[in-house]
Amino acid sequence: MLSFSALLRALPGNIAQGMIWGIMALGLYITYKILNFSDLTVDGSFSTGAAVTVMLIIAGCPAIVAVLIAFVAGCLAGLVTGFLHTVLKIAPILSGILTQIALYSINLHILGNKANQAINVNDYSLLLTLRNTKMAILVALIFAAVLIAILYWFFGTELGSAIRATGNNSQMAKAQGINIDKMKVIALSLSNGIVALSGGLLAQYQGFADVSVGRGAIVIGLAAIIIGSVIFEGKNKKEINFSILLGSAVIGGIIYYISIGIVLWLKLPTNDMKLFTAILVAVFLSVPNLSLGKKKEDKANAGN
Amino acid sequence: MLEIKNISKTFNPNSVNENKALKNVSLKLEDGDFVTVIGGNGAGKSTLLNAIAGTWLVDSGSIILDGEDVTRLAEFKRAKLLGRVFQDPMMGTAAKLQIQENLALANRRGQKRGLGWHISPEEIESFKETLRMLDLGLEDRMTAKVGLLSGGQRQALTLLMATLKQPKLLLLDEHTAALDPKTARKVLDLTVELVEKNHLTTFMVTHNMKDALNIGNRLIMMNEGSIILDVSGKEKEKLTINDLLELFNKTGELNDSMILS
Repeated sequence: MLSFSALLRALPGNIAQGMIWGIMALGLYITYKILNFSDLTVDGSFSTGAAVTVMLIIAGCPAIVAVLIAFVAGCLAGLVTGFLHTVLKIAPILSGILTQIALYSINLHILGNKANQAINVNDYSLLLTLRNTKMAILVALIFAAVLIAILYWFFGTELGSAIRATGNNSQMAKAQGINIDKMKVIALSLSNGIVALSGGLLAQYQGFADVSVGRGAIVIGLAAIIIGSVIFEGKNKKEINFSILLGSAVIGGIIYYISIGIVLWLKLPTNDMKLFTAILVAVFLSVPNLSLGKKKEDKANAGN
Repeated sequence: MLEIKNISKTFNPNSVNENKALKNVSLKLEDGDFVTVIGGNGAGKSTLLNAIAGTWLVDSGSIILDGEDVTRLAEFKRAKLLGRVFQDPMMGTAAKLQIQENLALANRRGQKRGLGWHISPEEIESFKETLRMLDLGLEDRMTAKVGLLSGGQRQALTLLMATLKQPKLLLLDEHTAALDPKTARKVLDLTVELVEKNHLTTFMVTHNMKDALNIGNRLIMMNEGSIILDVSGKEKEKLTINDLLELFNKTGELNDSMILS
């Protein structure tokens, strides 16, 4: 028997979780959309962020500082992927996978050689917790808003503009004297820093860090970005403000988690959740390719 | 301005696909030279241009640009000295960025890019003026994405970007070859106009013998990785298409697009 009120009761939790994953999507947006680099590091760096945050809080570090240090740890993970790709000339996807695999061991070390570590909200002062979903939504909203503002500013600077050029047309970027390797490393670091930060938020929300919490993060992040862009860009070819595009990724994350909530409410087997996500993302990814009237855009974006 | 000494480049060395693309090429360009470069397919024209641009490093020899030895310098570092326009109109501009963003990027060629805003109000005004010169109406579409422009418009914009910050050397790699004849003519006229206005030293690779003869003060013909003809001034003015065809026939490297041009 399905009760509608149960669905509504679960809604705030879904929104809070969706926003946290939406923040993760902001990080992924930098590599996937701006740098045009499919970065699989994120599955590892998300867990790193969760692990670093939890261990620091257990060690007595204030939660906000722990999250910021998690950001730095994520940046380092991105740096490694950037090094593998730009200095050692390893293909983008493989560079990300290598870092991700390496991070699995590193994350276990961070967690004190345990698969998970708990932080009880009764014992520690956390930024957000699932015990208070309204507060959690507010905190996640503040983080999302601040990050969107920072990214909006950053990608409007000379440096940010050079990163956008690198992702769009690296040959053009080189001809304008842009060090594209440096731009890639900066973008990968920033991206994974944000991903780790969101991992730190999720760990606090859930009250524990798990070594595999980031498994499939890239697919969830992609789902958020794609759902957001389908809703906000759609067939509308008019120029959309960059901050709205970023915001749409966060909203995409919320919509994704609400739909997950509905799936759970319908009592569909949760074991099939990843399958459901993969199908959802595949459908959203293919829609723009299959719809008619696409040829013009292909031409316009050539040379990317 | 440019001094190339004995450069060589072999692609896929020691394999069945070995290709000696440049063989001991030497070339000196004076300040203000406008040299057109012709030759059959695989003659080494674009290879020579790419060697100057730093697409890859040469195997031997040296390249001195504006007094600086750039032989081992990475492509993006040489960019401070060079303006470039590619054969593919999509190559020289970033499609997802606005017209004015592309221009702002070009206006910072070779400079350190920091955390200042990517464009200043003064730049927007001056870009508008510069774009007006093109007479394509782009000055009213400054915030439009470059991807919305036609190939000819994009190539004109690339030219503008290449010359926006006075380059020591302008490299043009068959930059009109992918355009329809009318647009190609327009872009070529614009090229000559910009080169004259800014007194640029120019290295233009072309397939079109007529253009090669009509434009510039110097002509180079390449064949099998070597320069086989280098004429300038009066000598070049006297040169005719028939002379060139004869030379091509001798080398047996004539190709269809050259006959048809």
